[in-house]
Amino acid sequence: MGSLRLENIKKSFGQVEVLKGIDLDVKEGEFIVFVGPSGCGKSTLLRIVAGLEDATSGEVLIDGAKVNTVPPAKRGIAMVFQTYALYPHLTVRNNMGLGLKQAGAPAPEIAKRIATASTMLSLDPYLERRPAELSGGQRQRVAIGRAVVREPKLFLFDEPLSNLDAALRVNTRLEIAQLHRRLSATMIYVTHDQVEAMTLADRIVVLNNGHVEQIGAPMQLYNAPANEFVAGFIGSPKMNFIDGGRLGESVKTIGVRPEHLSVDAAKGDWKGTVIHVEHLGADTNLYIDTEKAGLLTARIFGEYRAEPGSTVHATPEPAKTYRFDEEGRRIE
Amino acid sequence: MSQARSSLPRTIAAHAILIAYTIIALFPVILIVMNSFKSRQAIFRSPLMPPTAETFDLVGYRTVMVQGDFFLYFQNSLIVTVVSLFLVLLFGAMAAFALAEYRFRGNTLTGLYLALGIMIPIRLGTVAILQLMVASGLVNTRTALILVYTAQGLPLAIFILSEFTRQISDDLKNAGRIDGLSEYRIFFRLVLPLLRPAMATVAVFTMIPIWNDLWFPLILAPAEPTKTITLGVQIFLGQFVTNWNAVLSALSLAIVPVLVLYLIFSRQLIRGITSGAVK
Repeated sequence: MGSLRLENIKKSFGQVEVLKGIDLDVKEGEFIVFVGPSGCGKSTLLRIVAGLEDATSGEVLIDGAKVNTVPPAKRGIAMVFQTYALYPHLTVRNNMGLGLKQAGAPAPEIAKRIATASTMLSLDPYLERRPAELSGGQRQRVAIGRAVVREPKLFLFDEPLSNLDAALRVNTRLEIAQLHRRLSATMIYVTHDQVEAMTLADRIVVLNNGHVEQIGAPMQLYNAPANEFVAGFIGSPKMNFIDGGRLGESVKTIGVRPEHLSVDAAKGDWKGTVIHVEHLGADTNLYIDTEKAGLLTARIFGEYRAEPGSTVHATPEPAKTYRFDEEGRRIE
Repeated sequence: MSQARSSLPRTIAAHAILIAYTIIALFPVILIVMNSFKSRQAIFRSPLMPPTAETFDLVGYRTVMVQGDFFLYFQNSLIVTVVSLFLVLLFGAMAAFALAEYRFRGNTLTGLYLALGIMIPIRLGTVAILQLMVASGLVNTRTALILVYTAQGLPLAIFILSEFTRQISDDLKNAGRIDGLSEYRIFFRLVLPLLRPAMATVAVFTMIPIWNDLWFPLILAPAEPTKTITLGVQIFLGQFVTNWNAVLSALSLAIVPVLVLYLIFSRQLIRGITSGAVK
């Protein structure tokens, strides 16, 4: 229970085509993350799955049944929003129970499910409070609880961590991951944060400009990106792209991840000047202006002492460079 | 007092301007209330003096209570104002919600059409309105006034409220849809409470012109049983003799209900938006 199939989903707002034919198969129990830059259509796609937007063409199938004309409440889905979207006039308990009450579930059943969910998310002390009396993290837990209570076929998350501060974001991310493990439910999660995508997903769908760039497991995207866009989007700091011609290669672009560059003061392939150094404790980011390869970012593990203006040599790991053709596709 | 943000001359200047404005704004009101408690002679001899033990006289209020049916006029004014206000707020908020929430062909055009009334005064259509009311047999009824005032108040209400409705989080409405609430429940339970401060503003703007209006009661409902308070006062304003005591007393009394309604709405204005729904 809980598979999703999208067939050639297209969506236009007036003249603007936001989604240009999306196909996707989500297996039961999978954690799928839609990731992409803002405006790529990932939230629109999620809203189409939820039934909050109508697709211009294409089909949405949940558990094999076509749901194009089924209203959101009848699709067996639950959604968690970026802005929490709790009902301000209801207590936490009633916020969580409203969906079931609307669906006509018997009161003891509702009470039982609320109890289970609130224990799972440690919301027991707050059940009688209103959303205004809760902190941001607690509100988002209530929103997640509201989804859990419905026992949906599909959990939909629309950038749920974007409004939380950094520390809470890590905690809540952990809670969502545990929730997925415990419920083994199918989850679809939209984010623009690649760290969330990498840490949570079974499979990541990278979207750009209304079409799918690549679908794959996180490490698959990292190790074998299909094209320049995915290579640049996954990984932080961003992959270095060097014009093939400058290095005397026949390919259009060569990509090297910052962590696959080694730096040495005395010798190496590309000589350059340090422009800026970022010390992060666990690792150090060096921005180097090289003669041969242009501006590069190098990520060195641990502490590295270098002054801006000093001369260093950067050397790529030969097995870990990527080659891209004219259209940006990776050459194996 | 912190010295960085304020200086004594500036504070004095600001207060002087504000006090001067308050005096100008309150002067006519105070003059009316003050003189309503004075005898006729005292009103003319020393109109600016507050009532003293000699000049104090409740004759105006006595006349108002005896002559004419002032409680009925009050009741008429109150019914017309409150019902019109209710209809303006209800339909205004509903139209604003529809304009802000749904994408449909001609949305912008409909919005402009509904806001047209802000620019074109409804009084231009008085003759047509009168004909309409005569044809539908509504002359000399409170219904006629309520219909006209509702039409008069709607454009501004829709204009202001649709701006506020747009600011309400889509996520909240979508959460309601996923939980299976109908569009009406979403509007009444989720959207309307968040619109309360904006509705209070609209209510104040709508209420005062209705309460003070003389034009439409005079034309559409001049009969004794449907007279409003502003029209009722006119019986004391004769062509040759004006009973100033009675006019001033009636006007003083007429201030009270508006003041009460205003206080109710201004509390809403101050209370502010219900927080906690979003961020």
